[in-house]
Amino acid sequence: MMDGNFNDAQTGEQKIRNFNINFGPQHPAAHGVLRLVLELDGEIVERCDPHIGLLHRGTEKLMESRTYLQNLPYFDRLDYVAPMNQEHAWCLAIEKLTGTEVPRRASLIRVLYSEIGRVLNHLLNVTTQAMDVGALTPPLWGFEEREKLMVFYERACGARLHAAYFRPGGVHQDLPPALIDDIDTWADEFPKVLDDIDGLLTENRIFKQRNADIGIVTEDDILKWGFSGVMVRGSGLAWDLRRAQPYECYDEFEFQIPVGKNGDCYDRYLCRMEEMRQSTSIIKQAIAKLRAPEGQGDILARGKLTPPKRSDMKTSMESLIHHFKLYTEGFHVPAGEVYACVEAPKGEFGVYLVADGTNKPYRAKLRAPGFLHLQAMDHMATGHQLADVAAIIGSMDVVFGEIDR
Amino acid sequence: MSEALQELGALLELKRRDCVLGHEVAYGELTMDVSPNTLAPFVEYLLNDSACKFSTLVDITAVDHPGRAKRFDVVYHFLSMYTNQRIRLRVSIREDEMVPSIVEVHPSANWFEREVFDMFGILFTGHPDLRRILTDYGFRGHPLRKDFPTTGYTEVRYDEAQKRVVYEPVSLVQEYRQFDFMSPWEGAEYILPGDEKKGA
Repeated sequence: MMDGNFNDAQTGEQKIRNFNINFGPQHPAAHGVLRLVLELDGEIVERCDPHIGLLHRGTEKLMESRTYLQNLPYFDRLDYVAPMNQEHAWCLAIEKLTGTEVPRRASLIRVLYSEIGRVLNHLLNVTTQAMDVGALTPPLWGFEEREKLMVFYERACGARLHAAYFRPGGVHQDLPPALIDDIDTWADEFPKVLDDIDGLLTENRIFKQRNADIGIVTEDDILKWGFSGVMVRGSGLAWDLRRAQPYECYDEFEFQIPVGKNGDCYDRYLCRMEEMRQSTSIIKQAIAKLRAPEGQGDILARGKLTPPKRSDMKTSMESLIHHFKLYTEGFHVPAGEVYACVEAPKGEFGVYLVADGTNKPYRAKLRAPGFLHLQAMDHMATGHQLADVAAIIGSMDVVFGEIDR
Repeated sequence: MSEALQELGALLELKRRDCVLGHEVAYGELTMDVSPNTLAPFVEYLLNDSACKFSTLVDITAVDHPGRAKRFDVVYHFLSMYTNQRIRLRVSIREDEMVPSIVEVHPSANWFEREVFDMFGILFTGHPDLRRILTDYGFRGHPLRKDFPTTGYTEVRYDEAQKRVVYEPVSLVQEYRQFDFMSPWEGAEYILPGDEKKGA
């Protein structure tokens, strides 16, 4: 007999037990080093226990023995998909404690590069989420644009990823006019690329089937699990720190906050697509403001926090001493504690800084949005199929640099 | 903004005199000192009171002050998306004291409390699953305590002979560099010869 005989099948109740599998730590859809211990009943997830910390580098401990300025590059290494947004929070915390006023041009450049960071992040997220559910073309198209944006990073600060460009008191160097022109040209062309990706995915049958009605987040979930960013906006709450608690000069920019309706993975995808369009519009506005006469001027609040001008160092002894002291001892921050946060592409990224009046932070806590999102994994994945786990991780937008710190 | 926070702080202190030990507004942020045993009801009050509605738990962390009798400050940050306000609660505890868990009120506290336990060794009573979270499986010690060395105690390497990763005590070829940046003019209190007569 071709099919074999079936006399090994037992009648009556069979003993069925749940199946435990390890998802990761090396899994292409785990977006880094995530280990999920999944308990499966057939193909349905019964329990999901994320094991994190495989990328733990002890950033917070290291920061306690380094000066404020030396700590800045650590922030690039948290969420390495959009590095400058993290630096921003650190600079804001220091500026809050020292009461530093950032010059207008620096403020505009920060907004410009924060929005570039947002596009960088959303491009990666949207396209790799598509890859997780089976599409290969979107990442190829999206990474082409990411490459262009990283060249803009490089032209501003010399590094494609680990920028260290935002400094307490401003930004490291001014942007050359040619770079501003090129970003402008890019911002004109980018909506076309976005339309192409949109055409690939938005009405794609498979993409919709894999994402719609998967991982639904309700308002109650948002509050219970402390969500922020797109995880909130995808469920219809128009909560955006850029609008609700404006920092830098976001209050003078015009942008819309896209919100979803159903709170599923598909709505979050749509929110990210629209946010990229809004960011492109903010980039255009920032460029216009940078070109206006009010947008000219210095890019660092000259004082104890920032280095003197190179030309001053050639003629003034005090400037030379100041430069030497700044880069050896660093600056001192008055004692106190602050919490500064920014609307990072993934949600609310915050820094809780306890200063004791020396040149090193006494304690710095990094509050990563992904930490809370991943925590709700058990809640969100339970009852879904195994294949949906990849879609949910994708739409949560987790990066282990910031979760494990 | 600061006046509103000042008002809120005074109001909370008045209404929940049993919980609140004091409040201050600095850098536009409201900080309230709370006693550890009334923390959970106070957090629940903040969540449900219509004037507060601190519905989102933003962060839980701790700060180690080895010199103090109450060694640890456990710090909670809350955000209200409805009234657009933030609040910080600070609970001071001794090294042998425990903090009540707020997982019942805010499920998102789960991982934060695990992290604080992992990093500082502070125990949370009533936590459903107080395991280590960020450090290695089988890790010993609490890294963010000030008396824990930055280099740690063990290091790992792949052993070619045993064909597995082995754990060994840390051996440093050079002392870990902890620079003392204190200026001799403002840092240490040197007593120069002859100075001791100054007060006389």
